[in-house]
Amino acid sequence: MSDATTTARQILATYDGPRLRIMEVCGTHTHENFRLGIRKLLPPQVDLISGPGCPVCVTPVGFIDEAIWLAEHGVTITTFGDLVRVPGTSKNLAAARADGARVQVVYSPLDALEYAKEHADEQVCFLSVGFETTVPAACLAVSQAHAEGVGNFSLLVANKTMPNAYAALKGSADVFLYPGHVHAITGTQLCEDLVEQGVSGVLAGFTAKELLTAMAVALSKAKEGKPFFVNAYPRVVKSEGTPAAVALIEQVMEPCDTEWRGLGVIPQSGLRLRDEYAAYDARKKHDMPVIEGHANPACRCGNVLRGEITPEQCPLFGKVCTPLHPVGACMVSGEGACSAFYQYGGNLS
Amino acid sequence: MTDKVTLAMGAGGRQTAQLIDEVFAARFNSPLLTADDAAVLEPPRGRMAMSTDGFIVSPSFFAGGNIGKLSICGTVNDLACMGARPLYLTCGFVIEEGYPLDQLRQIADAMAATAAAAGVSLVAGDTKVAGKGQVDGVFITTTGVGEIVEGAAPAGAKARPGDAIIVTGDVGRHGCTILLARDEFGIEADVTSDCAPLWDSVEAMLGVTKDIHVIRDATRGGVGTVLYEIASQSGVGVRLDAAAVPVDPAVGGVCRMLGLEPLYLACEGRLVVIAPKEEAPALVEALRACPNSQGAAIIGEITDDRPGWVVMRTEIGSETLLPQPTGELLPRIC
Repeated sequence: MSDATTTARQILATYDGPRLRIMEVCGTHTHENFRLGIRKLLPPQVDLISGPGCPVCVTPVGFIDEAIWLAEHGVTITTFGDLVRVPGTSKNLAAARADGARVQVVYSPLDALEYAKEHADEQVCFLSVGFETTVPAACLAVSQAHAEGVGNFSLLVANKTMPNAYAALKGSADVFLYPGHVHAITGTQLCEDLVEQGVSGVLAGFTAKELLTAMAVALSKAKEGKPFFVNAYPRVVKSEGTPAAVALIEQVMEPCDTEWRGLGVIPQSGLRLRDEYAAYDARKKHDMPVIEGHANPACRCGNVLRGEITPEQCPLFGKVCTPLHPVGACMVSGEGACSAFYQYGGNLS
Repeated sequence: MTDKVTLAMGAGGRQTAQLIDEVFAARFNSPLLTADDAAVLEPPRGRMAMSTDGFIVSPSFFAGGNIGKLSICGTVNDLACMGARPLYLTCGFVIEEGYPLDQLRQIADAMAATAAAAGVSLVAGDTKVAGKGQVDGVFITTTGVGEIVEGAAPAGAKARPGDAIIVTGDVGRHGCTILLARDEFGIEADVTSDCAPLWDSVEAMLGVTKDIHVIRDATRGGVGTVLYEIASQSGVGVRLDAAAVPVDPAVGGVCRMLGLEPLYLACEGRLVVIAPKEEAPALVEALRACPNSQGAAIIGEITDDRPGWVVMRTEIGSETLLPQPTGELLPRIC
């Protein structure tokens, strides 16, 4: 073990400050904290709670129903693999595919555009979920389709942005572990502003050293007793972010109110295609009805996403709801808190 | 002959005989392989092991081998895991109509070369041709017989607390190779399958001690799945040291990009060996002297806490559970 690792572990082990709730906003942080055994190194008065930062998890049931509606109306669905198994109101996309719908897994919105170009006789829709990290690629696909005159490509958009979600979650935790890749796009001004409102946070990377460092910084600063922000991922996150990506988002999309699974509607926390790109908006292009989804009432993904309960406190966890038979989205996605708790058997204490 | 396999070549007549003679018999070159209905063989000495395995890997050609080499290694290694010297193999082919004969010859070449390297004779075979689209390319089944070295009796239920866990080389290369060969991710990396026959390595270990508790080849599901199986069969805990698990840097890089755990990627030339701790250094030394196990390493130990679970010592010195296999790994990996 390196000196830095030893020092960081010492800071965690000797923390004698107040009780602290640290929210892993990003689902990948939840997974890495389990994988590396960081939870086990934390003192008893420090709780890690999982937040809403898994794009698949916060996507409401109605979105899956919309995708299935499209699939059943002859549109080819292209999507990240995670979404295929997320339950809709009555079934998921995997079941729709088994019934004959065309559902194609892609690894980037640009692959979806390529697919559309290669299959000119199909209408192709990409399911655009995700935060500021993934939005630029979706915008790039739309702007390329526009420039090249590709007429059989559209997006079903449920993208979300973090600023207003932080505001909605303000009381849920004492310290936010900010998602490194979101802020690589948006920069750190927002985190600085939140300090003014009394909200503390540390911006964390994803390697063992970066996560351990971020935890040690959070605990050291918390002992000082006043709001703080530290960018502990400076090798990737610059204070100004990535202006070119932000400009691309602003060119193609505009803010709107949107529903988050578990958090309800958060004003101006979503994105939709601007009118100039309406031809690529699947809801308009395919004249879709308004579809409201209904989640399984026993599923407590919502409470998990607000950090109100741990996955193990949900009555379905590990019994009815497992990675092979997920009831809620948090058990499906590789970034979901329930999936992480299930796979790693909770705290190995 | 034409340059493609035809339905007539599987009909049992003259063209079948020609295909067998020209493509298979000429290469397998075994006096035991005759035109009669069955091979007539000398019995093994002592106890015998027997195993069968089907191969449907896609694509059938990949960096480091092809389905032919794989079909020999798979069965030879299954026998070796029981401490058995492989003696005889049979092989059954199901070939799609229109399959290029040139590729079939390359597959037969690889089978002949691998069988020779493993010291095993190909003694009987069967060839069927299925209509276009009824099978994808070529599927092979091999069945093998081996004689068990006296005193050797490895088995999955024999791991004991205090035993050392050895892998015979870096993990996950075959799975990673197939993943990249399918070109679904647009990633290029210099990764070659570990596909290899391993009887030499097992024989070298049995030269050190017959008291080897478990030998398993880590094929589908990789080393992680094998360790969970052993933990369950033996009713013991497994403690792994993450930093000690050998992983090729390119395989590690691909896994980080795709969020995969190398311990769950298939190997086709790697064994998991569990043996008394005091024998482990000599076993590793013997393994490293063999061409296909030069990267052997001790990666952990068997414990009596948390029976049925695999616990990892992580790179920062903490502990976590190795997530259990989910059964959603790649189809048609071997």
